[in-house]
Amino acid sequence: MSRKLTIIQAITEAMDQKLSDDQRVMLLGEDIGVNGGVFRATDGLLEKYGPDRVVDTPLAEAGIIGSAIGLSMNGMIPIVEIQFLAFIYPGFEQIVSHAARMRYRTRGQYHVPMVIRTPYGAGIRGPELHSESVETFFAHVPGLKVVAPSSPYDAKGLLISAIEDPDPVIFLEPTKIYRAFKEEVPEEMYRVPIGKAKVAREGNDLSIFAWGAMVRVAEDAAKQIERERGWSCEVIDLRTIYPLDREAIVKSVKKTGRALVVHEAHKTAGMGAEIISIINDEALIYMKAPVKRIAGFDVPVPQFSIEDDYLPTSERVKLGIEQTIQF
Amino acid sequence: MSELTNLYQVLTPDGELLENIGDKLDDAMIVKMYESMVLVRAFDRKSVHLQRQGRMGTYAPFEGQEAAQIGSALALSPGDWLFPTYRDHAAAIVHGQSLSRVFLYWMGHMEGSISPEGKNIMPPCVPIATQMVHAVGTAWASKLKQEKHVSLAFFGDGASSEGDFHEALNFAGVFKTPTIFLCQNNGYAISVPLAQQSASKTIAQRGAAYDIPGIRVDGNDVFAVWLTTRAAIERGLAGLGPTLIEVITHRYGAHTTADDPTKYRDQHILAEEWRSKRDPIDRLRKYMDKHGLWNEMREAALNKQVAEQIDKALIEAESYPKSKPSDMFQHVYAEPTWMIKEQEQELPKPKGERGVTA
Repeated sequence: MSRKLTIIQAITEAMDQKLSDDQRVMLLGEDIGVNGGVFRATDGLLEKYGPDRVVDTPLAEAGIIGSAIGLSMNGMIPIVEIQFLAFIYPGFEQIVSHAARMRYRTRGQYHVPMVIRTPYGAGIRGPELHSESVETFFAHVPGLKVVAPSSPYDAKGLLISAIEDPDPVIFLEPTKIYRAFKEEVPEEMYRVPIGKAKVAREGNDLSIFAWGAMVRVAEDAAKQIERERGWSCEVIDLRTIYPLDREAIVKSVKKTGRALVVHEAHKTAGMGAEIISIINDEALIYMKAPVKRIAGFDVPVPQFSIEDDYLPTSERVKLGIEQTIQF
Repeated sequence: MSELTNLYQVLTPDGELLENIGDKLDDAMIVKMYESMVLVRAFDRKSVHLQRQGRMGTYAPFEGQEAAQIGSALALSPGDWLFPTYRDHAAAIVHGQSLSRVFLYWMGHMEGSISPEGKNIMPPCVPIATQMVHAVGTAWASKLKQEKHVSLAFFGDGASSEGDFHEALNFAGVFKTPTIFLCQNNGYAISVPLAQQSASKTIAQRGAAYDIPGIRVDGNDVFAVWLTTRAAIERGLAGLGPTLIEVITHRYGAHTTADDPTKYRDQHILAEEWRSKRDPIDRLRKYMDKHGLWNEMREAALNKQVAEQIDKALIEAESYPKSKPSDMFQHVYAEPTWMIKEQEQELPKPKGERGVTA
């Protein structure tokens, strides 16, 4: 059986089912109990599982993430909610210096099977520091996995995989499309594998790589350009940012010979550069044009009155497609 | 210099008892305390020598702080969680870590932080105060699983300035975790004295802010440290929550073998004040002599046995198979990612093997 759910509903359902399925799973975060989380991702879970398993914590991200590390080393599976990605910074040291390294330092004796969920990205008219896309920080740290679903189906399946993963996973939830659309989501538990991209739209002339909220922007641009110019663009939803699905990237560009990366993260040292590097290593001779990046600018995400101008739009993506195809 | 007044003390520097310990501390435990302190001091001195000889990397000595570490760690039960910093290998050793493993750690071996079977001895924590929140988490999990174990986190006076110190105390207070926070206040965070670290006169008083008992103890009095830690453990296991213990002590030597303490303090005066008047081992020895628990013959036998034990551990460590370059690629994840697998292949192969020669 399946029914239509939004991304946020799919996330709630994944946590609900894992809480029910595995007594070791517990939730920690600010305002996640009575309030159900600032985006209501944990709505109803306190009533169902009680305050020992759905824990309203003090307002301290290092404390939350650090104690979750201890909980996970001693047999629990904590799912931490950080209210917004930019609020994670006080806990960054705990993630980088400990969560990511405990398995390594103890040669596999202790590990940290925790998930850190956090909304990320711009486009919700948020105040300052509510709209960041700094996935590269985490992709750069050996020991972490970084995931960013773009649809309700993937959100549920990837979150279940993340909870069952023996290593720490940073689970980035695209705030802008939390409730933007509904999609058929199976009622039962299922897994979407970490590290596997999916073809969101098939095409032959150019490959567009995107994740999170940018997948829809890429799809919109692909549809428009097909209508306007007759070019067929393939859209690859990477779904996992670390480890990247190299096979999917290479397979697509070998077919199309052209590529474009869309991400809302700042352009410099964003994951787009890493994708270009994979293409360079594996498919350079197949390429008919340089790989283009349509990305967030190298500026702080601006105040919301102009945030839409910061974000890649289907117009900017279309221009990039034209420049690449007509190179 | 930290305040030396209003400290909980059981054994005076002259080896006199200030309270009756008969029903709490038996002679066997007292002898064990002494033997442990003698062992770790000899180990510490040996380690400094080994570093000077180039047989070990930079080393953080703890001489002078033996009672603080031995007294507290000896109060633990085998399954309790221990979170040492880089200066707390004395505590790790009495909680069950092998001497050779500690040598391996300071020799830069990849396997220097493995906990012995059945023990939960965490790797020495380098970033200051960050381990304190882990000790909240492990204790919290013990409580949720209804296991009768506590978590003991060591930290120094400098760590009390870090945010994680406050977050750990606050979380432990809120969730009433069986965590013992043991501050070895040795007066200096490398070179900065406590008076410059904080306007707080004591570390223990910070407990009041989180409604956690904060106790100040003579850290060179092994009885006082053990009794205080025992009480904190019992309190934690009774579901009453965490305890903050501040033990006042002194490191005789440098912060690490890469540090020169004469730049920031008068080593001569401090040695006079601490080594000659308040040494933790001398103090216990005075008590043992008075109570017929020790004699020169036993001392000689112990010194011989300790030297042999350390030599044996050193031989073990130095003959332990060296870390291989490929070891760096293991245990990053449960399953290595494709990047890690491929990058391992980029390592130059030793001559004679297939692939690129070194």
